[in-house]
Amino acid sequence: MANIEKARKTLLRRVLEGDGKASPLERRSAFNNSDLSEPLRQLVDKVAVDATAVGDDDFNQARQSGASEDQIFEIVVCAAIGQASRQYDAAIAALEAARRN
Amino acid sequence: MRLKILDRGHGFGTRTLFALIRAVSRQPVLDVIKLVKYRPDFYGQPMSEITQEAMRGDSSWSVADRELMAAFVAKINQCDFCVKAHSAVADLAYGGEKNVAMLLCDPALAEIGEPLRATVLMLRKLTKEHSVGADDMRAVLAAGASARQIEDALAICFSFDVIVRLANSFDFSVPSTEAFAAGAKYLLARGYR
Repeated sequence: MANIEKARKTLLRRVLEGDGKASPLERRSAFNNSDLSEPLRQLVDKVAVDATAVGDDDFNQARQSGASEDQIFEIVVCAAIGQASRQYDAAIAALEAARRN
Repeated sequence: MRLKILDRGHGFGTRTLFALIRAVSRQPVLDVIKLVKYRPDFYGQPMSEITQEAMRGDSSWSVADRELMAAFVAKINQCDFCVKAHSAVADLAYGGEKNVAMLLCDPALAEIGEPLRATVLMLRKLTKEHSVGADDMRAVLAAGASARQIEDALAICFSFDVIVRLANSFDFSVPSTEAFAAGAKYLLARGYR
């Protein structure tokens, strides 16, 4: 069986708690898709909910708000990993529930 | 790419590697490579470990089936780059036995085994609706997929739920069929590390 748990924990620890250009609080907020102010809130929400809706304007507005390219990079990565994690955790919980009953 | 650092922010060693890739493959460096090689300690290295385990680690799903699942998750997420990249690997891995493009269009009708069909349909719901319930999992188990196979499929889905979001957000350019064919040969032979 492929086991990604250890590697997944390493990834989450790295992007959320390791060194970065965005603050740990910003990265955590992007991961959770919550508690961010505009324009990052909209960018992060699009990455999480419908990444096809992300456009050049979202990045331009993030830059104009003072975020560096490295900060935007980290925030987008955290947003993507956060949404994928929520979906993965929900599916694993559903599988466990199905196996119990 | 929407961030200049992902196109031109790499260090000297990585730029040299890119030049070598271009020279040997006679193809441009794919944007997904540029992404994983940018500050690789932050995202590329730890994410590649997950993708390698999901796509090439021990599993009763074949490599071809796993590449099909990756392409399918990409299709539901409307990521043209990832659909083409992983369809090419699945085509190569199936060796012409299956029509991957047709499988992606409608897995409910495709000629695949029930466990794979039910698993792919569950992944479709998870990807579209962002959640599934116990009844969805019971349907996959009833179709003959084992709990381990479902966990393996969810690992693939996790990996590509991340990758396709980044591909769409950073606006990966979609290169020629030849570039994807070269990438598919590499991924089948060498994996994701």
